[in-house]
Parts: sequence; structure tokens; C-alpha cells
Amino acid sequence: MEVRRIVLPGELVDKRNGRKLWSGVYIEGDNVFSKVLGIPRITENEISVIPLSGVYRPRVGNRVIGVITGVEISGWSVDINSPYTAFLPLVEAVGEFVDKSRTDISKFYDIDDIVYCRVSKVTKDKTVQVNMKAIGSRRLYNGIIIKITPTKVPRVIGKGGSMINLLKNKTACEIVVGQNGIVWIRGLNKAKVIEAILKIEKESHVVGLTEKIENMLSE
Amino acid sequence: MKEKLISDGKRIDGRKAEEFRPIEMKLDIVSRANGSASFRFGNSVVVASVFGPRALTPRHLQKPDSCVLRCRYNMAPFSVDDRKNPGPDRRSKEISKVTRLALEPAIFLEEFPKATIDAYIEVLQADGSTRVTGINATSLALVDSGVPMKDLVTACSVGKIDDTLIVDLNGKEDNNSEADIAFAMMPSKDKITLLQMDGLLTKQEFLTAIKMAKSYCKKIYELQKKTLKEKYENVD
Repeated sequence: MEVRRIVLPGELVDKRNGRKLWSGVYIEGDNVFSKVLGIPRITENEISVIPLSGVYRPRVGNRVIGVITGVEISGWSVDINSPYTAFLPLVEAVGEFVDKSRTDISKFYDIDDIVYCRVSKVTKDKTVQVNMKAIGSRRLYNGIIIKITPTKVPRVIGKGGSMINLLKNKTACEIVVGQNGIVWIRGLNKAKVIEAILKIEKESHVVGLTEKIENMLSE
Repeated sequence: MKEKLISDGKRIDGRKAEEFRPIEMKLDIVSRANGSASFRFGNSVVVASVFGPRALTPRHLQKPDSCVLRCRYNMAPFSVDDRKNPGPDRRSKEISKVTRLALEPAIFLEEFPKATIDAYIEVLQADGSTRVTGINATSLALVDSGVPMKDLVTACSVGKIDDTLIVDLNGKEDNNSEADIAFAMMPSKDKITLLQMDGLLTKQEFLTAIKMAKSYCKKIYELQKKTLKEKYENVD
């Protein structure tokens, strides 16, 4: 089976040669070393290492799935599967005017509700804010959520959405993938989707995975 | 009469002076942890599990600009011949601390402000050199969990018995040695992160011991790298 090159922390990835450095690497002199166990990505202009494990680190613009964990005076706290809890302000979540002094805002979102939102702000000391203003943001009703390694989300989606469309077409399930590694699934063939997603997670570094999954789902 | 620990260049378990006990490493021991590993030096067996980075409570322990590494070294009651009284004691608290200090320089702690990384080191079987076994296991578990690191941390022990320098002391040698050194380093950076000595050595002996420890650590380093890569190379 063909497997991509894997680097370990402290392993030399490449000479820098004036290239841009992205995540997962650090530099000593002109040598670029890996910070994590992962797959190196070396192009003409940039060097990075995609980790094979690790927790979700919020970035502005990420579309994530969160679970409401608390209702506060002017917003909600949201668990986004990361070391840092996110805050969803009332004005960023509800389109209409709400009189905070008279309204119990749990009528909009309550504890344990699942929301698909966008990270709008991350400060240096990792205070995270999310909003519901981006297109597609909504509360996700029913269905179930599973957690996968966040760095493997691109693999679940596939090039141009090839993998996720394959899953949707073959199983007729509704699937939403958050960049924080939470996947929401609704439909009758849930079990099959979960099996496929966990397989993708486990074998994300293997070449030719889409065909493998297609064969698996066609059985 | 005292038992001779070295005769004809052979130690009580039949090893040569610069020979180490069989090493075995496994990953993914604890399924609920972010990363976990077991490490075995002969009869010393340690399981390390890493949780996090995760939110740190109580909040007054949080550091606004860096992550907090917490290590807990714990010996199981059945790990030694006489039952070990469970719970933290003076010795395990000290070892928890030196383990933390040995690992901290290798981790990019500033990438996760206000969070914590918890490392739990459980000694299942103790037969000497358990603190270095614990460091080796934790270093594997940290890499497995995806924490950003400068390098792996590799550790080993060196000692002196009957005027001979030996590596990887077992329990009996540990108790009767003239000196023993616990040693940890980042092999590819050639930087020492832990150096403890008990007993007496001359300067020349000490320098030779460090040299031995370094070359021995590099051997373990290769094995650690192999174990980590194998996890992803052998799918199905």
C-alpha cells in the first residue's frame, strides 16, 4: 500500500531557500524542522506540515459545529471541541431586535442545541467568538454528531467536495462537517456513514482513499 | 558475604556493562486519551497517557501566555515486591516534577495559552530506572497526541558498580550502585534536559558516563522514531 512521507518532531523537512513557512514547522538557521508527527507539504513557495493528530485550534473564518453549553445575559457559550470555549453574542445570532431585559434568550438557543456557525474573532489570549451571520449558519435539528481528528476534515470533504458528495449520494444522508472535527449526520443510513468516516479518519494518509470508500459503500 | 554484582564482565542478569535490557514500545494503549504509549525496559513497564491541550480549571492556575504542563508519576501498589502504599509521596512528587522539567523544553507551550496538557505516568512494574522509562513513554505519548514539539525526549540511566560504568540499571543494581545518573536529552538537538546523580564519581568517570548516556539515548531515539512511523505505515 502506498503511504505518503511522514515526518516526526525535530526531523528536517527541507532547506528553507526563502520560502514561506506555514503551520507545523519551525526554523533553525536555514533548516526547516517539523513540530508535529505529520505529512509535509513542500511546494515552490511554501513549506508546511499537516499534523496527523491534535486538537482543534480556532481560526477566524472557520465554519464549525458547536454545542451550546450555557445561556448568559447577552449570548451563549458554545463548546467548539477545542481547549477554548467560544462565545456567541445575541446580536450576532438573532436577526431581529431583542429587549434583553424582558426576554429569556433561551427561546432562541438552549443548552444542548447544536449550531453550525462561523468563527468571527480570535484574540491573542484565545478568547473566541462565533456568529450565525454567515450563509448556511443555522441550528441543526435532530441527527447525531461524531467527533474526528480536526486535521483530517479536509480528507473527509475531499478534493472539491468529492468525498463528502460520494457519501451523501450513496447513503442519502444529510451530512455537515465542521472544521473543528465535529460531523453532524441525519438520515436512515447513519451507521454506514459513521463507518465510512471513521475509516477515512484512520487511513487519511493512504493514497487512493476515495476509490476505497466507494467500493466499501457499494457493497 | 555481599553478592558480587559484576563477575567476568557480566552483570547479575547476564548483560555486559554497556548492554541494555530488551526495549518494547506500544502506542494507543489508552483509547480515551489524546495520546498514549507504553514503554518497557526489561522488567520495568510504564504506561503514559496524555490529555489535552484542554481547558484548565481552576482558573487561577491558568497562565495567560502559555500552556501548563502537568505530570503525575504514580507507582501501582503491585509494581514492587513489597506493596507500595498508594497515592503521592515525597519520592513520586519529586519524580513528577523532574519529568515535567525534562519535557517542558521540548514542547511549544506558548501555542496554547490558558490551556493545560496533562500527562499521567503509571508504573505497572518497577525494576529500576523507572523515571527514565516514564520520560520515554511520555515523550512518545506527547508526539502521538499531536502536541507541537521541538524534538522527542529520550532518557536513560547510567551507573557505576565495582568500578565499572554500566547503562540501564535494574532494580538490584540501582539499590547497590556506587553512583547512578538519570539522564534525558533531545537527541537531534544534542541538548540535555535532565541530569540527576546519586553517589560519587570522579570527573573523568562522570564525563565518560555522560558520553555513554548520549550514545545510548541516540539508539533509543531511533527505536522511538521507528515505532511512531510504523503506526501510520502499517494500516490494515
